[in-house]
This record gives sequence, C-alpha cells and structure tokens, in this order.
Amino acid sequence: MNQWRFEVFNKDGFADVCGNGVLEEIKELGIKSIQAVQSAKVFLLEADFDNDFANRLGRELLSDPVCEEFYLGRSSAPVGLAKATLIEVHLKSGVTDPVAKSVTAAIADMGRQVGNVRTARKYVLLGELSQNQIETIAKKILANDCIEDCMIGSDAEPPNPHLKPYEFKIIHLPLCELDDDGLINLSKEKDLFLSLAEMQTIQKYYQKLGKEPTDIELETLAQTWSEHCVHKTLKSSVDLQLNGENVHFDNLLKETVFQATKQLNKSWCISVFSDNAGVVEFDDESAVCFKVETHNHPSALDPYGGAATGIGGVIRDPMGTGMGSKPIANTDIFCFGEPDKKLEDLPKGVLHPKRIMKGVVSGVRDYGNRMGIPTVNGAVYFDDRYIANPLVFCGNIGLMDKNKCFGNTQTGNLIIVVGGRTGRDGIHGATFSSGEMTHEHETIFSHAVQIGNAITEKNMLDVLLQANEAELYESITDCGAGGLSSAVGEMGEKLGAQVDLEKVPLKYAGLNYTEIWISEAQERMVIAVKPENLKAIMEIFDGENVEATVIGKFTDDKKLTLRYNGENVAEIDMDFLHNGVAKIQRKAIWQDKKLSEPNLPEKTNYNDDLLQILSSYNVASKEWIIRQYDHEVQGGSVVKPLTGIKNDGPSDAAVVKPKYNSDKAIAISCGMNPLYGDIDPYWMALAGIDEAIRNLICVGGRADRIALLDNFCWGNCSRAETFGSLVRAAQACYDGAMAFESPFISGKDSLNNEFSCEDGTKIAIPSTLLISAMSIVNNVNKCVTMDLKKADNLLFIVGETKNELGGSHYYKIHEQLGANVPKLNLETAPKIAAKISSAIDAGLVASCHDCSEGGLAVALAEMAFAGGLGIETDLRGLPKSNDCLKVDSQLFSESNSRYIIEVKPENYDAFAKMMLNQPFGQLGKVTRENKLIIKTEDGKTAIEADIDSLKQAWQKTFDWK
Amino acid sequence: MAEVNPVRNSTTGHLKKVCNNMTQNRQISNVVKVLILRAAGINCDLETQHAFELAGAKAERIHINKIIENKQLLEQFQILAFPGGFSYGDDVAAGKILANQIVHHLYEPLQKFIESGKLVLGICNGFQVLVKAGLLPGTTSNEQQATSNEITITNNDSGKFEDRWVYLAPQTDKCVFIEPGKQIYLPIAHGEGKVVTKDDATLEKLKTENHIAFKYVDENSNECDYPANPNGSVESIAGLTDSTGRVLGLMPHPERFVRLTQHPRWSRCKSKDKTADGMGIFHNAVRFVQKNL
Repeated sequence: MNQWRFEVFNKDGFADVCGNGVLEEIKELGIKSIQAVQSAKVFLLEADFDNDFANRLGRELLSDPVCEEFYLGRSSAPVGLAKATLIEVHLKSGVTDPVAKSVTAAIADMGRQVGNVRTARKYVLLGELSQNQIETIAKKILANDCIEDCMIGSDAEPPNPHLKPYEFKIIHLPLCELDDDGLINLSKEKDLFLSLAEMQTIQKYYQKLGKEPTDIELETLAQTWSEHCVHKTLKSSVDLQLNGENVHFDNLLKETVFQATKQLNKSWCISVFSDNAGVVEFDDESAVCFKVETHNHPSALDPYGGAATGIGGVIRDPMGTGMGSKPIANTDIFCFGEPDKKLEDLPKGVLHPKRIMKGVVSGVRDYGNRMGIPTVNGAVYFDDRYIANPLVFCGNIGLMDKNKCFGNTQTGNLIIVVGGRTGRDGIHGATFSSGEMTHEHETIFSHAVQIGNAITEKNMLDVLLQANEAELYESITDCGAGGLSSAVGEMGEKLGAQVDLEKVPLKYAGLNYTEIWISEAQERMVIAVKPENLKAIMEIFDGENVEATVIGKFTDDKKLTLRYNGENVAEIDMDFLHNGVAKIQRKAIWQDKKLSEPNLPEKTNYNDDLLQILSSYNVASKEWIIRQYDHEVQGGSVVKPLTGIKNDGPSDAAVVKPKYNSDKAIAISCGMNPLYGDIDPYWMALAGIDEAIRNLICVGGRADRIALLDNFCWGNCSRAETFGSLVRAAQACYDGAMAFESPFISGKDSLNNEFSCEDGTKIAIPSTLLISAMSIVNNVNKCVTMDLKKADNLLFIVGETKNELGGSHYYKIHEQLGANVPKLNLETAPKIAAKISSAIDAGLVASCHDCSEGGLAVALAEMAFAGGLGIETDLRGLPKSNDCLKVDSQLFSESNSRYIIEVKPENYDAFAKMMLNQPFGQLGKVTRENKLIIKTEDGKTAIEADIDSLKQAWQKTFDWK
Repeated sequence: MAEVNPVRNSTTGHLKKVCNNMTQNRQISNVVKVLILRAAGINCDLETQHAFELAGAKAERIHINKIIENKQLLEQFQILAFPGGFSYGDDVAAGKILANQIVHHLYEPLQKFIESGKLVLGICNGFQVLVKAGLLPGTTSNEQQATSNEITITNNDSGKFEDRWVYLAPQTDKCVFIEPGKQIYLPIAHGEGKVVTKDDATLEKLKTENHIAFKYVDENSNECDYPANPNGSVESIAGLTDSTGRVLGLMPHPERFVRLTQHPRWSRCKSKDKTADGMGIFHNAVRFVQKNL
C-alpha cells in the first residue's frame, strides 16, 4: 500500500484560528521574536488509490473548498526573510484518534477502502528561535507529553503506529515471606499506594491461602482499596482533640454527614450515598440524581484532557445510577492560582495558572457541549496555594424513572462492556489521584491521564437510553476510577463474577491482562444482561454502531475470577476484596487559631474599595467562561447563568426545567469559601451550606426540598492538624444539614492535594469544601432573577449584618485575614430562608440577590448594573448587631443569611407582614439615575458611583479574547 | 390547532400502506409528519421534535443508519429536519462527515424530496451539513459540486464557541419558514458559524437571487459588528434558503425559544401572552405543508 500525506492549510484571507492561538501563547511565554505561526492539518493514509482519487479526497473531504487548500506530500517551509521552524505534533502510538476513525468511515462512504489512517498537526513558526525556545514551545504549548510526540524539523518521521502483540505470561508477586520493609517497597515499586497495614492484611490473606498473589490480584486490591474508591480516611475511626477536649468517632462520615441524612429520614430521598449519584424524588413519575466529582491531579498534568475526562466521567455517574438516567445539566467549579503569576515564580513541574485555566475551561466546554448537556452553574476561586494543585469539580444531574432507581444484578446475567475500547490510558488513575504530587509526576504519571472522546460517550448514551426504555438490562454502572476492576467488582460484590479478559475489545494490541483490567480508558459502561435479552439489546447497539461485548458472567460463588485465554489469572473472595481493607485509626487535632482583627482606618468614601473588590478575581464577571459553555441545549434553562437587561448579570443559581409538559423544575447552586477556612473550617463549611441554600432560595427554589452534596478537597490528612480541620468541617456539615433539614445525598473527597517542590518544600491547598445544592421549583413561572426590575420599587434587606469581616474580600484587597469569620446562626438561618421562599412563591418579590463575597455593597452594585437601574439607599434601616458600628463592616461584612429584595410599592404591606419577626429593614429604593448611592447612618455619602463604571470594573478582569 | 388538510403526496400509495397498518390511520394521515434526523453527535433532536410537535406536527427521530438502509422511509415525511449538535464530532470540519454521508448515500432521494415540494430545515450543525453537502444555497443536482465549492461555514472570528442571543432580520419573502419583515430574537451556540463565500461575485449572487434568509442585526435592526454579528459572517448572514424557498438553514436555534421562559429576560417581561419567536418558523413550516401538500 502507498503512504499518502495530505497537508491542509488555510487560504490567505481566512484566519488561522489555531495558529493565531499558538502565537498568542508563545507571546505569553515571553518569547517576542516570533512574527507569525501557520498551522496545518496533516492526514497520513495507507491506501491503494491513485493520484486522481487522492486529489479528489483532498478536494472533497479533507479540505474546505472555500477557506482551505491542500498539499499532497510534504510541503516545504515558506520562502521569505524570516527563519522558519517546522514542528509536527503526532499522537503517540496507540492513542485514540477519533478524526482518523471518521476519515476512514467517510472514505468508505465514498466507496473506497483505506488502511491505516493517522492525523497530526503541523506548525510553521516564523522568526528567530533558539533550540531551547523551540523545545519550550513544543513542550509547553504545542504538545501534551502524555499523549503526543513532537517532531522538530522538516524531515522527521512520525512514530510507527504498529505495536507488538502481547505474549501471555502469568506473573506472581511473592509477598508471603516479605518483612515490613519488603512490603512497603513492593507497594512503592508497583505504584500501589497501599500502606504497610494494608500490605500486611493482604499478606495474611495469602499466607492463609498458602499461595502468592498474581500481579492482577494485587492491583485489583490496590484499586478497590484506594482512597479514591473507598474513602478510607473519611470513614476512619478518629480521635479528635478539639481545643484540648477529646471527641471520638468510630466512623467519621457515618457519624457526621451520613448521620444527618439518616436522622432527617426524608421521604423524598430515594437513594443516598449508595449508588453512583444521590437520588431524590422529582415528581410522581420521575426522580433526579446528582453527583459532583473532582478531577484534580489529571487536570494539573493535562488541563484540557483532565477537565474533559472529568466532566465525561461525572456524566457517566448519573448514567450509571439505578437503571440509568438521562443527563440534564452540568456544573463546574474550579480553583486556580492567580492568573497574573510570573512564569519564573512557578515551582518546577507546574503549569502556569492561566494555561491551566484556559485548558480546563476548553476541556469542559468541548466535552460538555458535545454531549449536548447544558453547563448551567459554577464558580471559580483563586488562591496561590492552588498553583500546583488546581481543583476541578465537575457535576452532573440526571432525570430518571422513579421506578427504575435500583439495579438488580442476578446470577447468570452476562457482563457486557459497552462503548469505547480499552487502551493503556489512565492506568493507575485511581491510585495516582489518591497520592501526593511531586515535581516529577509530570513525567512518571503521564500514563495516568485519560483521553476522552465525547462523541463515543454520546453514542453510548443514546443507545443505553433506548435499552433502558426497552428494559433489556438488569443493572448498570460506569467504568470510572479503577476501570473494569471497580465496575465489575462492585456489580458482583454480593454474587461473584467471572471475566474472560481476552474478550475485552482493545484499542490496539499489546496490553497485558492486568492493563486490560485496570485501564481507565474513558466512555465505557458495564451492564448486566439476561442471556435471553442479548439478541435484542445487541440489535440496538449495532443499529447505531456502538460496540458492546460479552466479557463474562455473574456467578454465585462470591468470588472474583479472572481468566485470560481460559487460564485463571486471579481468584479473590469478594468479601475480602470489599470488606478486607483494614480500618484506619486517625488522630486529629483542632486548636482555635489566635488571630486578630486589623485596624483599618475609617474613610469617608469607599468607592475605590468597592471597585477593587468588584474587579478582584473571585468576584469579577465569569462571562468569558460562561459564554463558551452551551448553557441552553435541551431547551430547559429557565434561569440562565447570566441575566439582566443586557444578559450579563450574575445569576444566583440555575433553574432547569427537564420536562416539556411540566412547569416543575430543578434549581442548582453551590457555595464555597476557602478563605473562611483559614480562620475556622467549621464556620467555612456552614457558610458554604448557607450560601448554596441562599442561592437556591433567591431564584425560587423550595426551602423544604433542598438536597446537599459535599466535596472535601484537603491536604495530607495523615497530619493530625490537617485532618483536624477536615473533621471540624464534617461536624459543621452535620449541624448545617440538621438545622436546614437538608440532607446530604452524595459526596466525594480528594485528599493529599499537596505538592512537593524540588527543594523539598510543600505547597498544600487551603482546606476546600464545595457544597453543591439542588431543590425543586414548583412552577418556573414564579422564578425570580437578581437584576433590578423597575425604578421606584423598594429595596429591603432580610438578615442581620454583623461585624464579620474575617476572611472577607474587603480584607483580602487590604491583604488582611482578620479573625471575625461569619458565624451562621443555625436557628434563624432556616427561618429566613423559608420566609423568603414563601414571599417569592406569593409573587411579592421583583428581584432577589444574596449577600456573599464583598457583602452588601457588592450585592447592591450587581443588582443595579444587571438591571440597568440606580439605587439610593442609606444604612439606617440595616438590621445589625451591636458591634457592627463601622461603616466598612456595614458595607462589606460577609455575614450569612442575608437577602436583598426588591418589592413593588403596592406589595409593601404584604411583604412586611410576611417578614414580621425576622431581622429585616428597608434600605431604600430603585432609581432611574444610573447611580449607586449608599449613605451612612448619619447621612454621609459612603459610596456614590455610576453603574457603568461599576460594571466595567467587574467585567474588565476577564475581558479575555 | 385548526383543522388540517389531508396529506397529498406523490407516493400516497406507499404512505397509505404504512398508515393502514396503523390502528388510528384516519388521524395520522391528516397529520404533518416530520423526520428529525439522528446521527452520532447530534444533540438537539429532542427539542427540535418538541418544537414541531408544539406546532401541531407529528415528529419522529430516526437514525441515519435506518434511512440509508431503507431510503423509502423518507417518502413518509413532508418535512426533514437536520438538528444541531456535533455530528461525528465535527471531525475534519463542522458537519463535513455527515455531509459526505448525505452526498454519497442520500443525495438523490433528498433531491426528490425537495423537488416534490417538501421542506428541509437545518439548524446550527444541520445548517453546516446542508451547506457542505451542497443543498444550500442549493441548485439542481448537476450543479451541486459547483455550488458547494463557493460557500462555506467556518470558525467564528472570536476563535471560540459562544452561546449568546442575537436579533435576526428576515431578508426574503420567498422562504416558506419565514414571516417577512418580522425581526426575531434567538440564541446561537456554536464555534463555527461564520458564513463566507469564495469571492464577491458569489456573495452578489446570494443577494440578487434572494438566498439570504436572515441577517444578524442589533436591537434596532441595524447591521453591525460583534457581538450583534456573533461570528463575523459576511453580510451578517445568519441563514440561507435555496432557490425554492423550501430549504432553510440557519445558525441560531429556533427550537430553543418555543416558550417564553426560555427568553433570557423573561423575568423582566411585562406581557406573558406573547408567543416565543422560534415558534414562527415551525408554525410556518407546518402550515405550508397543510396548505400545499
């Protein structure tokens, strides 16, 4: 067969989007000598066709007739004065190339056959560059080392696509005779991330059996027992020293977060903390499930791929909950280092925060948009302690039949793997994500990064929904962390399972049986199917070209048996696999910090402070991100992330109406405040819960149907102090859930978010608890948005303002932390939320916004510029605590449970009557003046600013291209 | 919904046979039938189906494999819709792989479909497919290759995917989907929506031959730059129609504005009894079929 090479360039006059993007990034690296970058798509085809057909292919399929031109063969560098450097980026051997697959199919549609197809990207850099600079550009911008190879120069050959076949050989890893050091070494050598106690447990098990484990048995145990999969730290037995007093937990999670859910025992909770997502009732026919996952470590190494597979992975959770659900909304919350960091200030092995942010946003965008799921809610938080450990939280909500919320695997069911093929990608992802990162992770763990292809997942979703409707399978789960090992292990836990590993379809030859078993290749689900339904279900899959393969069956011997070509390679008792992990005993210490309040001088005017807070990274408009997400696909978005007269104000929460024939909807929100955690994680957690709930209430969510999710991201919890702060937050989760009668329905943790620099110093992230929340909206027509609606309407505040500037954004801009962290009043907070909810339901509220980052002043500014109207207010009517005397604390305190509400004059009486006995007061009114005016109690003007300038300050920070 | 006219169809024989097999054949034969095309990566099929059903049609989602297998399927329908999404992952270029499939497997039945007076709607990715398959701006079959070489849809000037609402001004009175003179407001959500022509002559031809269906304008109906024209399309082109006026392709999503609470500022609207702008396109299509087919 001949080797054909096509290069496709943009014609003159048509923007080279890819080349221009690269040029901009090169400039961001500080390399100024480059004048232009040209990019080209490269197609390498092995085929028998002649020159005529090759030309037809170039013209009709591979290039666009208007804006591109193709070159058959290898083009030479453009002639000109500037020095040209050619770099080609190829996928590494074996990495999935979806474009190549599409091209192969398209050529078949044209009636011709083609052998191997590969695609690549070629860059021509025009300008003087040193060898060092070329390598930097190749490594930092053009290629991702994990999955791509760079070829520099015009005649370098691409990597050979043909891989060696695998030769079967069973490997045993003897451990029965090892001493403790030997066990620790084995765990390290094989990247098992198992502790000595765990290795000892395994050793005893095999000593008793009188045999040595195979490699795959040990790997299976390591995967199943990984922090990522079993949350052994959160479920550990804890002795907490709380300010010198001893508190004991037998099982931390069960006695805090779970405990609240159990005690509240809500009838609308259908499945909590047991399946891939938490399930609650939606209406008489349907239920909704919600899951939020983190994908932090992969996103640190490969921001684009890590975030894409983060969202891709979490979508499979609702898809694999109960009998499967239809995904209806995505959420995403990120934590990054500040994007203006200098390159030379970054620790070795760390990507620039702006590059991470752009990559992460593109990854979520491309995967979420391609799946056709609206990304409707999110937040971004910046702190330099996230510089080496960015946090990427991805959430997904699914809608399902209420009578299909549980699977039922039975003995004799066939095990079928559906969707993508298995490759070497993502090996050791579960164990890798459970450990700490170092500057060497970039090279050592490149294989732990998964590679996503949204269209494969979308196809799989399409057919699974049909199979679900036809009731052709008995249970379903996703292949997430731990791959087939976790999926089959979980489904067969109570029964037993037998898998023939050579039957698993592979992306390429060469994988050994262990790699097949633990690969975290994306876009795969496992279903259990009765033999009599096999034909019917395969017809659905075949009809839409989705691969599905029987790889084994569920048994009744309560053993996990793995075979390769008929030979046993593993046999583990399910009971030992799932319940054998030794319980951890942990010590935790929490000592209240000795902090003090700064003494900032009182000023007569706070305009500059307000402007500075509005343009600070955490508060500033995230429109640059939001617009890149399709937040309207499926047609259900009722309250969109951006709102107001110019469609650009910040919504408090999203409302999604999932059914065409019903006005019932779901409100979705989040809350997070890492800065408060620097003072006390207990109050941080409660503030997060209150913030998430406030946001739901503001848009019209019901106060009595709120479900919560927790995501703990912490540093190394083997340090008693770090773990102590987590225990404090977990205690707060219990208290908050009980106070609001809002159960937690699902949660996840990601620990060890620390980075060891080359010189041995460690960077730990701030203790970060993300609270996600969802509630029911009875009637979308009653939803409220945060933008001011009409001049002369009255403005009220409900909730007390206290002297609580600790951890506030006001202190942050003055480089202070303070001590007075906002302390949630567990008694009043739920009452206020319920009252506001009733007022909205009664139609008395024209707009509603909560006070959060930046306090009252920022909330008022946002409402004003979102509505294009002015505000005239004074602080006399502000309900406040006795110690809240200073103007700055009245303006910028971040006290919880505060809502600003716009009311039509004719509704004043009804509204005031409803708020009776709540701390509430009139702030002022809406004006036509386009000005935000806030006067102090004694009538002096504290803030007077034009709303356009406020908006501009808020928008300019991320006014990125 | 008003009473509908019976379907007149050149292949009524076949249609009758199909209908007779159904129990409620009487009602069904009166109903306008819409085929919503599904393929790998298409993701706006459900809401497009919903929009047509709101307009009184009966819409069915069918996978392209089934249509290629049984090309007569097409004959049962009076409207064919190419919904939005990322067909085949937009590999090679947006809409390209599906367009290639259409050209090599379904070109003739589709030509016949259009020539028999039926309607074709392409939204977003569907519009890209229609253009890349040469069905828009569209001509007779022997000229197909020539026209598909002159117009394309490429990367937004901003270089990235964007979701935002835009105002659209109709430019023609010959397209059956469009109410002439009525400016509408719809969301766009795409990364490759910039319509470009090979040269000025092609553009001139689009104008003189009335192929421009919609232009992006600002609130006051003026043509202007980004963000009113969200992708940098030449002449602010947002949608194209063919010479018959029965094929429409547009980048904005009419199926995403079929009820008022989808409007980004519905909570500011005083009147709650207006109809949603997107519905016009679906109503017009269904009414046309009821009247003429």
